[in-house]
Amino acid sequence: MTPDAHDLPDHPDFLWRNADPKKSYDVVIVGGGGHGLATAYYLAKNHGITNIAVLEKGWLAGGNMARNTTIIRSNYLWDESSGIYESSLKLWETLEQDLDYPILFSQRGVLNLAHNLQDVRDSKRRVYANQLNGIDAEWLEPDEVAKVCPIVNTSPDVRYPVHGATYQPRAGIAKHDYVAWGFARRCDAYGIDLIQNCEVTGIDVSGGRVTGVRTTRGRIAAGKVALAAAGHTSVLAQMVGLRLPLQSHPLQALVSELLEPVHPTVVMSNAVHVYVSQAHKGELVMGAGIDSYNGYGQRGAFHIIERQMAAALELFPVFARAHMLRTWGGIVDTTPDASPIVGLTPVEDLYLNCGWGTGGFKATPGVGWAYAHTIATGEPHDTNAPFTLDRFTTGALVDEHGAAAVAH
Amino acid sequence: MQLIPCPWCGPREETEFHYGGQAHVEHPADPHALDDEQWAQYVFFRDNPKGPFAERWAHTAGCRRWFNAVRDTVSYEFLTVYPVGPPNPLGTGTRERQEATA
Ligand SMILES: Cc1cc2nc3c(=O)[nH]c(=O)nc-3n(C[C@H](O)[C@H](O)[C@H](O)COP(=O)(O)OP(=O)(O)OC[C@H]3O[C@@H](n4cnc5c(N)ncnc54)[C@H](O)[C@@H]3O)c2cc1C
Ligand SMILES: [Zn+2]
Repeated sequence: MTPDAHDLPDHPDFLWRNADPKKSYDVVIVGGGGHGLATAYYLAKNHGITNIAVLEKGWLAGGNMARNTTIIRSNYLWDESSGIYESSLKLWETLEQDLDYPILFSQRGVLNLAHNLQDVRDSKRRVYANQLNGIDAEWLEPDEVAKVCPIVNTSPDVRYPVHGATYQPRAGIAKHDYVAWGFARRCDAYGIDLIQNCEVTGIDVSGGRVTGVRTTRGRIAAGKVALAAAGHTSVLAQMVGLRLPLQSHPLQALVSELLEPVHPTVVMSNAVHVYVSQAHKGELVMGAGIDSYNGYGQRGAFHIIERQMAAALELFPVFARAHMLRTWGGIVDTTPDASPIVGLTPVEDLYLNCGWGTGGFKATPGVGWAYAHTIATGEPHDTNAPFTLDRFTTGALVDEHGAAAVAH
Repeated sequence: MQLIPCPWCGPREETEFHYGGQAHVEHPADPHALDDEQWAQYVFFRDNPKGPFAERWAHTAGCRRWFNAVRDTVSYEFLTVYPVGPPNPLGTGTRERQEATA
């Protein structure tokens, strides 16, 4: 047991009502993951809209919200990304007080490793871009990497030697389930209905305007419908004939048995495809790359895990005897420029929040804030304005492959 | 790890293959006739169905040939494999869409 384990807080007796659907709502949000819940919360808190249902086909926050490796950072390259990810990181920094709920946000810093000369150049470029955007970022030489995380193998005699790393000290992890439950509890207190086992099977449009949704629990009329369905967004958009530049892929992660505290920070490597942190209880949490093919099966191929473990062992020889406890997969929706799509659609009062791919957990409060603004006012917020669907036609892409994919 | 049935070599390990995305996406016959929206559709937009999907695979560590397959994106089962050339057995995809809206 780690000292931290004793600190895991108890939950209050009551989190949220298990609501049944009413006939109609001002806003129906499709998807009860972190994004859907955060959006509902900020719609109530910032815009006074509370006649809201969040519809979840499974159990609350049981999708990617329950499956991700919880890395939070804002060290992306472009100004547009800085706008949305850094606004989110600022919200994370006060979220616990705001929700009045423990979310165990731990700003333990993130190292993004560079393994060759081009990695080094690209990483430094990103550090300078971050600094110009007021984001904390530093370049660390290998000996400085070893000071931040002594268990990283910084020997030059390995296949992918560590030539240095970018370091964002304010980055970190949070306890994903608690984040969802914290938002859910506050939503419930506003009277928002969180409806589980309620799958949206159709979207009604009349005269170019959305009027409601069909669900496995009946038809629900809606003034506005906001999608927050992550990997399933293409399936929903198809219901109104909307084709999106999205591809859904399995993305896997795994945890080890509980260990004493050995890993003080978050380490990511895009080149060898592994990202590792140590959870509050003591498990090593490790993520892999996406499976190459499209998939909705919430499981991925074994060879991806083999490669991930090989990379992990090269970087962290000390893990050689750790046992793996379990693996799982989520379904992530990737876009051609590795940036999300958040905003309006050609259908009036139908809104889109998707394409976060492998890295949307970190955006949970930030996108909830911006998406709520978009839904309430019918206009994008400053932070999500660049992430329109029509950027794929205008060419104003926000190409974050270097900072986002596949590692995030 | 699943076995993928290469039409030429027979069933081989998944790690021998490279995924090529949606099949039957044809280069526009008259590129100059396309507007920005149509170009965007050709370059960036692909189908993403939950269920049977016609897609391209290359047997990179074997015969190195490309082929098409219909695979279920939920079970990941290969329903059929066939050479490049014959039409999409599902009758879906970009080409049909363009013709339908032409
Ligand atoms: C293995 C893995 C590791 C990851 N690691 C990180 C990380 O370290 N950092 C990071 O920032 N991001 C990470 N991500 C990405 C992150 O999890 C997602 O980008 C983010 O969770 C997406 O937003 P969401 O929370 O709303 O999605 P989800 O939690 O998936 O919510 C969508 C919900 O919609 C529901 N739904 C779908 N269709 C319907 C329907 N028809 N009707 C009703 N409900 C429906 C689903 O059941 C689901 O609960 C990771 C993802 C995975 C899978
Ligand atoms: Zn072959």
